[in-house]
Amino acid sequence: MKKDARLKKRFNIRGIKDFLLSGSLGVTLISVFLGFMVGAIVLLIAGFNPVEGYFAILKGIFSKPKYMSYVVIYSTPLIITGLSVAFAMRTGLFNIGAEGQYIVGAMVAAMAGYYFHLPMVLHIIVCIFLAALAAAAWGGLAGFIKAKFGVHEVISTIMLNWTALYLSNWAVTLKSFGKQGTGKSFAIQETARIDLFGQWKITEAGIDFIRSHKVLGDILKSPVNLGILAAFLLAFLMWYTLNKTTLGYQLRAVGYNPNAAEYGGINVNRSIVTSMCIAGGLAGTAGALQIMGVSHRIAKLATMEGYGFDGIAVSLIGNNTGIGSVLAGFLFGSLKYGGSKIQDAIDAPTEVINIMVGTIILFVAMPKLIKLIFSFKKGK
Amino acid sequence: MDALALSRHPLWGWGYSDPTTLFGGVKCLETIDFFHKAVEMTDMVKKFGDFTANDKINLIVHKGEVHALLGENGAGKTTLMNVLYGLYKPTSGSVKINGNLLNIKDPNVAIKNGIGMVHQHFMLVEPFTVTQNIILGNETTKSMGIIDLKKAEKQVAELSKRYGLTVDPNALVQDLSVGSQQRVEILKALYRGAQILILDEPTAVLTPQEIQELAQIIQNLTREGKSIIIITHKLKEIKQMADFCTIIRRGKHIDTVEVAKVTEEDLASKMVGRDVIFKVAKEKQLRGDKALEIKNLVVQDARGLPVVNNLSLELHKGEILGIAGIDGNGQKELIEAVTGLRKVKSGTVSVQGKNITNLSPGKIINKHKISHIPEDRQKRGLIFEFDIAENLILETYFKPAFSKWFTLIKERIYSNAKDLIHKFDIRPEESEIPAKALSGGNQQKMIIAREVSNEPEILIAAQPTRGLDVGAIEYVHEALINQRNQGKAVLLVSFELDEVINVSDRIAVIFEGKIVGIVDAQDADEKQIGLMMAGGTE
Repeated sequence: MKKDARLKKRFNIRGIKDFLLSGSLGVTLISVFLGFMVGAIVLLIAGFNPVEGYFAILKGIFSKPKYMSYVVIYSTPLIITGLSVAFAMRTGLFNIGAEGQYIVGAMVAAMAGYYFHLPMVLHIIVCIFLAALAAAAWGGLAGFIKAKFGVHEVISTIMLNWTALYLSNWAVTLKSFGKQGTGKSFAIQETARIDLFGQWKITEAGIDFIRSHKVLGDILKSPVNLGILAAFLLAFLMWYTLNKTTLGYQLRAVGYNPNAAEYGGINVNRSIVTSMCIAGGLAGTAGALQIMGVSHRIAKLATMEGYGFDGIAVSLIGNNTGIGSVLAGFLFGSLKYGGSKIQDAIDAPTEVINIMVGTIILFVAMPKLIKLIFSFKKGK
Repeated sequence: MDALALSRHPLWGWGYSDPTTLFGGVKCLETIDFFHKAVEMTDMVKKFGDFTANDKINLIVHKGEVHALLGENGAGKTTLMNVLYGLYKPTSGSVKINGNLLNIKDPNVAIKNGIGMVHQHFMLVEPFTVTQNIILGNETTKSMGIIDLKKAEKQVAELSKRYGLTVDPNALVQDLSVGSQQRVEILKALYRGAQILILDEPTAVLTPQEIQELAQIIQNLTREGKSIIIITHKLKEIKQMADFCTIIRRGKHIDTVEVAKVTEEDLASKMVGRDVIFKVAKEKQLRGDKALEIKNLVVQDARGLPVVNNLSLELHKGEILGIAGIDGNGQKELIEAVTGLRKVKSGTVSVQGKNITNLSPGKIINKHKISHIPEDRQKRGLIFEFDIAENLILETYFKPAFSKWFTLIKERIYSNAKDLIHKFDIRPEESEIPAKALSGGNQQKMIIAREVSNEPEILIAAQPTRGLDVGAIEYVHEALINQRNQGKAVLLVSFELDEVINVSDRIAVIFEGKIVGIVDAQDADEKQIGLMMAGGTE
């Protein structure tokens, strides 16, 4: 009761409307709502029934256990790249390079998973560790360039994204690593995979199980893997590091006010490099988990897959926090997966999903506009 | 105002019963036309949410009058003037300009009605010339919208001659001194036809000589029938320049007085609400050993110019060494070099015999025990988003007192904050509110609490009272003297000559990156120091 009163006092909450307008969570919820509204308008203009459209999306997400499982699988890398961008953002850096760090992580994990022959659990740990390390170096490089030469991380990470893409494409052409003529690498060893029951699923007992158990069997039809647990763990670690440790204190101080941090004796340049290393490591882990849990190999890419770029959106919608990134990652994952169903169901273009996400971000970035809209309605 | 008898003097026209001769023979009341109210603000109320910044304030300024608005920081003076200038919409109350009721909904309306405002921070385009700045937004054009610079230059030259605002219309603003830039701002307002001129803290950045010049300019302006409103908390200048003074305390109108009839002490106690001691009380004390030695120091600015140029200085234990000088003569770079925030080009800085030149700020703070109250407390001194407790451990967060195994110990951090909040009287007494929610004075108290509790051997205070009100200034001065009395060395850098003379034991004058003279504070002569500050030789 007392705490409740204190909370009310602190946030000056008088009603639901005040609550929605007072904090960033409220603004985000309103933004999401407005995003759906704009999406509906776009559908309407394009000549589709928005109710049907949204119903198709909802059905595409919730109607089968398999679908929900897919949503989790889709969300996992988005959550982690979201964490990567959020971590950098909290320390005052804009990590557009999550994409490239993701690619480097995926490439290294695919290589370590294919070349090494190690026992089950150890192999997984080695793969993730090496992928995170390589991606941390990739991110840290951008931090180093900023600290040493003052090149803004947005510029350097964008360039490093392309460097990473072509590096990965080159790796696929290696004779020992790439399957000639397919544009794909060899699949990683069984010991490096984190799919649940991946091997057992294709045995007879597995097939029988999937046939006879309706719910579990349906879930197992999707490439269920342990990635989501790693995402939760990383979100927690990020929160803990930022808020409870001396490192987090230091990084946040640099993020909020580098001048004051420098004045207080904090080594600002080292903090920038550290922060970019951690952000890179996170994005790299996302790439590694995707390889080890879903695709098992890398492919030659004509263009970037966008996991890292989507991470920017996730981080923005999630207000640059750990828990926010998890929730926003799930939102984004469901829209991405469920939205793909809209084409089959009512023949509407899936691009409407991108419009919705874009609108949400637009509104999240303009909390003042939302406040303005609502105060006009009040007639102030 | 009723207490004063209005009469017509045979020589000076309408005025109060005893036209008084003020500082330097400047006679003020003669220019006032008491039948013409240039500004009449009645029962002005301005609320920000639940906070009442102005609570029924009345202000009358006559034609040709210099009216000072006096109050502590946050008393509501600037708010009132922003209402007059159309930057804020008043909650209630009426504004009459030259007897006409007006709704000043934005600055354009204000400008149209002859109100001009010179802000504390100048709003000039530095790479533009004086003329280009003055006509900005109100350009004189030939046909087809081509700027007629020749004509504009002539107009500016005429204006500047008429009011004694000497400034070269073709000079680039970036090459001008702060005093000249201020003149450009005033010219800009006059160019737009200002009859009523609001000056927000006009003397904050001026040298004593420039302040004299400003007083002369103000006199010229009133002679031409302009009305001037000066926002200030400097009593000396009110005595020197103003005819009347309205005192505001916590948003309320306290009094309006005729300046000649009150003393500075009267004004101060009305402003603060209690008696104020001006002279800083400090015992005589013999200075101890050398604490800080700076030898032939050269520091460059971003453009590679030597802003600290072969400077040598010694600071002893148990003394306050004040550095007097005009802003921009290398004070900032000197301090940054000593505290490790800026690289030293050549020369040495040593603390108790140990060379600390170009060490990292962290080493200098923690190993060599130099604490620093920064000049710009919002940029350097604190982190807005951090709460008080977090700000208080900015330099010590990694020490065993506050962390173990790289994890912060929350209880200790917050109990430390509680202690310091109590000891240093930081308000509000809550360790969990962000620093940005504190008033300037309390932010400064927080910084002092942090720096002093770090138990420094040397305390460097840069502009420690800038923007603070009388009460907080007293507090800061006491804190500095306390350090000195405990045998610590204190280096005080201030652009306020009065402060330097009042607080220091010795005064070093800095000019163009060099110490041009050191005098004992006891036999300091303000005029002589002022001359040295401006580069005069003596």
